[in-house]
Amino acid sequence: IMSLFGEVPQATPVAVFKLSNDFKEDANPKKVNLGVGAYRTDEGQPWVLPVVKKVEKIIVADNSLNHEYLAILGLPEFRSSASKIALGEDSPAIQENRVGAVQCLGGTGALKMGAEFLRRWYNGNDNTKTPVYVSAPTWENHNAVFANAGFEDVRPYKYWDAEKRGLDLDGFLGDLESAPKHSIFVLHACAHNPTGTDPTHVEWMQVAEVMKRRKLFVFFDSAYQGFASGCLDKDAWAVRYFVTQGFEMFCAQSFSKNFGLYNERVGNLTIVARDSDNLKRVLSQMEKIVRVTWSNPPSQGARLVAITLNTPELFAEWKDNVKTMADRVLLMRASLQAKLQALETPGTWDHITQQIGMFSFTGLNPKQVEYMIKERSIYLMASGRINMCGLTTKNIDYVAESIHETVVNVQ
Amino acid sequence: MLARPMKLRLIDAINVVSLWAEIFSWWSEVQMGPPDPILGVSEAYKRDTNPKKINLGVGAYRDDQGKPYVLSCVRKAEAQIAAKKLDKEYLAIGGLGDFTKACAKLALGDDNEVIKSGRNITVQTISGTGSLRIGANFLSRFHTEARDVYLPKPSWGNHTPIFRDAGMQLKAYTYYDPKTCGFDFQGALNDISKIPEKSVIMLHACAHNPTGVDPRPEQWKEIADLVKKRNLLVFFDMAYQGFASGDIDRDAWAVRYFIEQGHNIVLSQSFAKNMGLYGERVGGFTVVCKDAEEAKRVESQLKILIRPIYSNPPMNGARIAATILNTPDLYKEWLGEVHGMANRIITMRELLVANLKKEGSTRNWKHVIDQIGMFCFTGLKPEQVERLTKEFSIYMTKDGRISMAGVTSGNVGYLAQGIHAVTK
Repeated sequence: IMSLFGEVPQATPVAVFKLSNDFKEDANPKKVNLGVGAYRTDEGQPWVLPVVKKVEKIIVADNSLNHEYLAILGLPEFRSSASKIALGEDSPAIQENRVGAVQCLGGTGALKMGAEFLRRWYNGNDNTKTPVYVSAPTWENHNAVFANAGFEDVRPYKYWDAEKRGLDLDGFLGDLESAPKHSIFVLHACAHNPTGTDPTHVEWMQVAEVMKRRKLFVFFDSAYQGFASGCLDKDAWAVRYFVTQGFEMFCAQSFSKNFGLYNERVGNLTIVARDSDNLKRVLSQMEKIVRVTWSNPPSQGARLVAITLNTPELFAEWKDNVKTMADRVLLMRASLQAKLQALETPGTWDHITQQIGMFSFTGLNPKQVEYMIKERSIYLMASGRINMCGLTTKNIDYVAESIHETVVNVQ
Repeated sequence: MLARPMKLRLIDAINVVSLWAEIFSWWSEVQMGPPDPILGVSEAYKRDTNPKKINLGVGAYRDDQGKPYVLSCVRKAEAQIAAKKLDKEYLAIGGLGDFTKACAKLALGDDNEVIKSGRNITVQTISGTGSLRIGANFLSRFHTEARDVYLPKPSWGNHTPIFRDAGMQLKAYTYYDPKTCGFDFQGALNDISKIPEKSVIMLHACAHNPTGVDPRPEQWKEIADLVKKRNLLVFFDMAYQGFASGDIDRDAWAVRYFIEQGHNIVLSQSFAKNMGLYGERVGGFTVVCKDAEEAKRVESQLKILIRPIYSNPPMNGARIAATILNTPDLYKEWLGEVHGMANRIITMRELLVANLKKEGSTRNWKHVIDQIGMFCFTGLKPEQVERLTKEFSIYMTKDGRISMAGVTSGNVGYLAQGIHAVTK
């Protein structure tokens, strides 16, 4: 019998996962994985946060808990405490009852829900032609999330200046000025992925001014709050500033990195609306979208985060754990930069310490990246992006020497 | 275009805020979504202060005290998992391998030729809904010869919006016979014989939701035959394996028969009910392919579909399910507990009919016992349902569907009283 799927083509694998696969299969004992974005300890191991272990024990011991369905929009105490993390305990928007949230499957799920809602209800009904702008470069899945939600026009906005290895502010502002009215802009709240380059406060204020004047939609992607500077409030500055500017906006939050809960898929779509009536209607429509996608979200991770955020001692311990991770990353940045300078590696390497968060855009070109992988068994993305968490005190010399050798020998 | 100074003063920010504070909202045209009919039942139940109230809308198992039931094998699995001190690294897009392999074996049988030849691809999904959605998306993208999905009449309320949202068109085939509260076999065959080739036909593997009416094996055989003649793509929804008859293999019989007959089916599985893992969102989606090579291609495309929705699935529930399925003692215990749940349901069906007779009802209630699984299509009309709710605080959906899981030895007498009162 002819197969119905005879014509289904083999899809190319998702790059970042293929990289991890290749790393796994490499027999070189000196190999280093600077690919996928997950935190590693100085021993190169995954780290289950101490506070997470504590709360897991609490959950296991609590016989009153069961595995019943959560509500469609998720666990209420998770949603509200997660939104507070993004917007601040004293957020006037929260006090004015115009902030709501949808618990989602990780940051991806939150982006997905937001995208689906916008496609149905923003700028008309089912307006698939509304342009969606994502930074150049951006997390590779942004494009697919919005395209799959039905948006026909997903375009880049200027962001990374490869020459000066920093933010292309003029280009960014220029794209904001020329974007069709009502365009949607996906903004990285902090620790831009993959460049690690964030706008300064003044630069954010300029962005906000243009977005407001030109009626552009603000969609924050916040996957690294706390992880960037080590301080939750500092990392949320941009999101909170935009709220004070009166925007109605979405903020997709991930707790994968800052709670180390990668595989429990803990995310939250925070919605800031004009008022509680608009919010109510928005949430009712979000429910419809959730219902046809996953019905209701998984309970374990949300429970864990809710208990932590709502228990003062645990909350303090969590903030501490987050700072531990952020500090190690900062240390590795400083070390790598110092070593490259000591080696007198051609080029400037200040961007390594100026950039922030898990990733660094090294500036290595595709040929150089290939050399690093093939000749040195150091795995990084074709874009030159490295995960700082892959660096340890034990491998940093090898990595620095390898970068040096690569830059000197490969152009 | 206005030239604007790039420096921003505080006073500008304040002026802009007050201007903005005026009424404009992106969402003024967003309508209030209609309330969910099933959830609405539970909410009304919660508000009711009558101590005798009964909630028969709930689609989750309850024990004989009316309480949620966490399976003992689940608690044991959780303890085992906790002791292992596993990390929380991302799962692969397709999910936990230990889970997906066991999930396929559970549905198809350990020794199934499909699994042995590697011609199935099974991915972990967000319970049954997530599985159906991935399936719908996959068919929408790759099954371009036909856009129509044929659902039994009636079907689970969420089937329609899921397939529609994925871009498929919904049609129906006769299934339930309201005159007998049973299966309209001839009606189904008639309708199926007219379905255009290559269309997708949805079949409930067991414990049909919402009617509880399942075909008998010899009827399944004829359906399989006809479906093959019509060259239809079979989509099985199996949300109640084990939960229907109490026997895992018996409940999967139809799925396995179809495969044996050469249908390369697609299959959705849920572990919400049979493992009580509702909120952990544990499910699987399987495509039975022509061969292992095709399975690899299909797998690669399923990953492309999954990644922009939620990247990769949640670990906790899948880990629990995998532990149970792969640990002989726990697996045995699980079979016993599933059997226990199914038995309690069957007992409640019998008790309800017995009590109705005791009340003096002369109606034919045989269908209550003939139907299977969590739900029972009582045959009550909307006006009768309304009276039951208003006068007796007995809550169910307007179509007369009751969740047998909400019936207990403590409330079955009162339930019979109420039903008799509105039907005599």
